[in-house]
Amino acid sequence: MNIHEYQAKNILSGFGIPVLEGGVAYTSDEAVQVAKQISQQANPLWVVKAQIHAGGRGKAGGVLLARTLDEVKKAADKLLHKRLITHQTDPRGQEVKRIYIAQGCDIERELYLSLVLDRSLGCLTFIASASGGIDIEEVAKNHPEKIFKVAIDPIVGVQDYQARKLCFALNLEGKIAKQFHLFMKNLYDVYIDTDASLIEINPLAITKEGDLTALDAKVSFDPNALFRHPQIEVLRDEDEEDPAEREAKKYDLSYVKLDGNIGCMVNGAGLAMATMDIIQLYGAKPANFLDVGGGADQDKVKAAFKLILADPNVEAILINIFGGIMRCDIIAEGIVAAAKETNLCVPIVVRLQGTNKELGKEILSSSHLPIIAADNLEEAAIKVVKAANEVL
Amino acid sequence: MAILIDSKTKVICQGFTGKQGTFHSEQAIAYGTKMVGGVTPGKGGTMHLGLPVFNTAEEAVQATGATASVIYVPASYAADAILEAADAGIELVVCITEGIPILDMVKVKRALCERKTHLIGPNCPGIITPNQCKIGIMPGSIHTPGSIGIISRSGTLTYEAVHQTTCVGLGQTTCVGIGGDPVKGLNFVEVLKLFWEDSDTKGILMIGEIGGQDEQEAAEFIDHQRKKGRAKPVTTFIAGVTAPPGRRMGHAGAIASGLGDSALEKIELMKSYGIAVSKSPALLGKTMLEVMQRKDGHDTA
Repeated sequence: MNIHEYQAKNILSGFGIPVLEGGVAYTSDEAVQVAKQISQQANPLWVVKAQIHAGGRGKAGGVLLARTLDEVKKAADKLLHKRLITHQTDPRGQEVKRIYIAQGCDIERELYLSLVLDRSLGCLTFIASASGGIDIEEVAKNHPEKIFKVAIDPIVGVQDYQARKLCFALNLEGKIAKQFHLFMKNLYDVYIDTDASLIEINPLAITKEGDLTALDAKVSFDPNALFRHPQIEVLRDEDEEDPAEREAKKYDLSYVKLDGNIGCMVNGAGLAMATMDIIQLYGAKPANFLDVGGGADQDKVKAAFKLILADPNVEAILINIFGGIMRCDIIAEGIVAAAKETNLCVPIVVRLQGTNKELGKEILSSSHLPIIAADNLEEAAIKVVKAANEVL
Repeated sequence: MAILIDSKTKVICQGFTGKQGTFHSEQAIAYGTKMVGGVTPGKGGTMHLGLPVFNTAEEAVQATGATASVIYVPASYAADAILEAADAGIELVVCITEGIPILDMVKVKRALCERKTHLIGPNCPGIITPNQCKIGIMPGSIHTPGSIGIISRSGTLTYEAVHQTTCVGLGQTTCVGIGGDPVKGLNFVEVLKLFWEDSDTKGILMIGEIGGQDEQEAAEFIDHQRKKGRAKPVTTFIAGVTAPPGRRMGHAGAIASGLGDSALEKIELMKSYGIAVSKSPALLGKTMLEVMQRKDGHDTA
């Protein structure tokens, strides 16, 4: 689960991690009120930042500087309700509904620091670079020697020598090095205490005054652990989620919208991906990833059907079920019930294999619905692509 | 022969009296698995499905001599159950449970590295040696004893692989679903090593997907064995060519992060090592059969 930058900074700050003063606003008047409360030096400077979950906001014009309260208001008006298009949003962009007004600062250096899971080692790993403020994937690709890592043993946590190692690599000394030690340890505590799945500080700035501060922050959480963090669950911003994916979640369906024309309903994540792949192999494109899971009942199948049919790009549907725990007859009954209820307007190809497949096929054929049966995966893919082409 | 489990393996079930534990234990008993009891805290001393129920895994192991355990407890208690089984001296723990918090698994993984216990899963279908022992949720009927070892990160896609190797007449020695989570027990390389040592396993079908570096490590292992003159025919399939980067595709571990872990990058890597890659999920069995019929097991196509 992702959260906004201002929410991430609130959490970080609660763990003693230095962030600049700031607050969230939903209107330009609120933005001015927030700006007034931020302490300023002789030459005031505010940063007004669009709050959407996608990265790349700066490049897309989502971060503006303001030197007067009037400029804060203008910046807020410019950003609010604008659709911000970044490399991580869909081509239509994401509407800005919240903005973050923060204290500006003079930056001496920009570093990069993140804490992520190293899957091969099975533990958390700090990734640091002196090349902060830019796309870290690019640095990793073009200059792997500029990326430094330390893996943390879950039993003992962050050790001083590990912080020293990164300080030497990043060329930090004196007061800043001390601050960096504490920064790492606090960041680790945030990750463990909140069941995060990613914390990225980019840039981690050194100010002209010689202090470390988290200038930007991205924090994501492990959805499987939200049950023990109700205070994080409430930070969810449903406006940032695809409405169809949100609907899917209600029924415990795993759904990802794609841009093709063949809707898919599959049991199991691996088979669902493989089904998408075979659709492409036979010349069409999948409209979605949809895993109905191992324990799907009729209601779930119905919900899955409605999700697929709500996508106007869908020209045909492929249902691919390999029954294990999931019985094919249950799926078949769900398909028939849903098809009757939803005014079926596109061809459906159904492939049933495994537990009770004969019973399932029987239910489908006696339903007198225009369902095309297929015995294996290849046949199913060929038939669904053909059916979609005939619609055209 | 087979790997990890056979007809003599004594199995207990943790979460035995729950809905999942009951249903799948019944199926396992019907398949012929040597189920010897189960654990449900607070229900020790009772009987369930004709087998004794114990309060702790330790008591269950002492009373039954079980060496394997299957876990069907809810996600929030599953890490605890794995560690309890390991502490009781269980050699093989199979955790079916889906949705365990990642940091719980980080702790479990660290704790297990000092023990002799093998963990399969979590978030997996389990392991089966056809006609001998079934530990998990896979449909027993699609399996046939034979010569292929199957390793997979997916559930139903494993069934597809099993079904297809059965259809082409190869059959399976043992099928291991290692699970779709980012932090898990046995990985591809560890299971490959076991299949390499098993003389009855004549070929290996490995089903990978987007996310992580497991397939890369597996490819290096296979290449190393070949260079040492110990080649075994291997066929792979990598799911997720159509998966958009940065999106989680169902499995907690199935996300291409942009660091060489997309399906296309993994497929290219396999090919660079001369390992056969099935183009289509419908050709797993056929591709495996073709590779078996070549002398050196290399993908020369």
